[in-house]
Amino acid sequence: MSPAADEAPPDPSSAVAVTVDLGETSRRELNRMLHQAQAGSFRVLNPRGAHGLACGLDARVSVEIEGSVGYYCAGMNKQGSVSVNGNAGTGLAENIMSGTVRITGSATMSAGATGCGGLVVIEGDAGSRCGISMKGVDIVVGGSVGHMSAFMAQAGNLVVLGDAGADLGDSIYEARLFVRGDVESLGSDAVQKEMRPEHVAALARLLDAAGMEADPGDFRRYGSARGLYNFHIDDIDAELSARREAS
Amino acid sequence: MCGIVGLFLKTEKYRPRLGQFTARMLHEMRERGPDSAGFAVYDRGAEGLTRITVLAEGARPDWGAAAAGLEAVLGAEVSVRPVRDHAVLETAGDGRRARRWLIENDPDIDVLSYGSQIEIYKSVGDPDLVVERYDLESRSGTHAIAHTRMATESAVTTNGSHPFATGADTCLVHNGSLSNHNQLRARLERVGESFQTENDSEVAAGFLSWRLREGDTLTEALERALAELDGFFTFAIGIADGFAILRDPIACKPAVVAETDDWVAMSSEYRAIAQLPDVGHAEVWTPAPGRIYTWSLAA
Repeated sequence: MSPAADEAPPDPSSAVAVTVDLGETSRRELNRMLHQAQAGSFRVLNPRGAHGLACGLDARVSVEIEGSVGYYCAGMNKQGSVSVNGNAGTGLAENIMSGTVRITGSATMSAGATGCGGLVVIEGDAGSRCGISMKGVDIVVGGSVGHMSAFMAQAGNLVVLGDAGADLGDSIYEARLFVRGDVESLGSDAVQKEMRPEHVAALARLLDAAGMEADPGDFRRYGSARGLYNFHIDDIDAELSARREAS
Repeated sequence: MCGIVGLFLKTEKYRPRLGQFTARMLHEMRERGPDSAGFAVYDRGAEGLTRITVLAEGARPDWGAAAAGLEAVLGAEVSVRPVRDHAVLETAGDGRRARRWLIENDPDIDVLSYGSQIEIYKSVGDPDLVVERYDLESRSGTHAIAHTRMATESAVTTNGSHPFATGADTCLVHNGSLSNHNQLRARLERVGESFQTENDSEVAAGFLSWRLREGDTLTEALERALAELDGFFTFAIGIADGFAILRDPIACKPAVVAETDDWVAMSSEYRAIAQLPDVGHAEVWTPAPGRIYTWSLAA
């Protein structure tokens, strides 16, 4: 079924998925339909690399896209569950707030960029800058991630079952990075950290949520050396006396 | 921005439809570059003959006079096939010499390409109209490289449009911007390269032409390019019997590649590749930063 503008809107609360064929329905119409839905599931056919599919969801709808998508798929997702049977272009699930985004293939640049919450699962590889400036999202990558991943990452978890490219975690704040394979190089202020029991437990939960089979014991953890922070605890006495003098 | 497409046909199967597929891919890249567009097509050509594609934008070209002038210099016959404001000159004479003579002696003419297999067409305007005007869809051949331009470093003019070619059967399209092109242009001019624009991408094409002329393999030339070109780039490159892709080590400019038994395609965005037959069975990947990818017909 591919609803035309003059037909009654589909009933997304029905148990059967509403099928939208992008060969016949415009992307704008699809996104409008998804934004109006409060629940239910949708199946999208013939995406053919189109940009901006299933962006800005803000309800518990589930969207399954059959084929590869272009830029910013599932961007700004809130509550929704979006899965892609294919690959994704730049900015998959960028600025995700909550909900789940999963792709069976690989994603190019900046997957999960600036994400504040929710879960992004990439079964294949992610390209450069995966999780750049992530602010609370959890990202699980079945393959490898490209260079400059988790650049300026602030919060959340990046789990990589494969390898990480150059400059992993450059200028990182407080996000946690778990890598099973090789790390080509760590970025400025990123360091390897001890894998304590709470990290093993957290990683096991993330792998489970992502449906990935892996032993948490095989991973190494990376995070911030906190050397680039503006504020240094060692400088606190000097800072306080300067303030006293100024007041 | 800018949009890039490249299509390299490994087998005979789709070669009669090279132009048709390239046009479809280019259509998808219109939004990335609505200013102007251009394309290079490679076919088998005719043994011993060089084709020189020339453009006389806004001028009333006297192709006959240009051909007669060339014949005197080359000591060989020159035939003319006009295509709107372009023309293809064909000769058994020396193509490099012909290019230089035309640049130096006919200010109304831009030389877009020369070689036994390449023809280049370019124009300002909607990429779909450029495709139609120069009848890309009817072209057959082995590979094609095309570009839609959103100008950032120089004016919206036809001669600022891609592809750029300065050497035999060698052309390049570029998404990005180079920062050391003025210095490189001066250096290349000293070793015999000649340029027709102020464009940074033309310098990259000249750099490759120079290295290939010096005997480098395509891979060696691209290794040198990685070491010496400073700036942002995703390049798609064509030579007589090969195709290559190169991204700078930062790799901000997008690229995606897909390959089947019959073809290799690259583009700035997957939606261009999604137009090709059997794409569902293609291996699709993002070319890694600073890594050289080449394909050859000779293999």
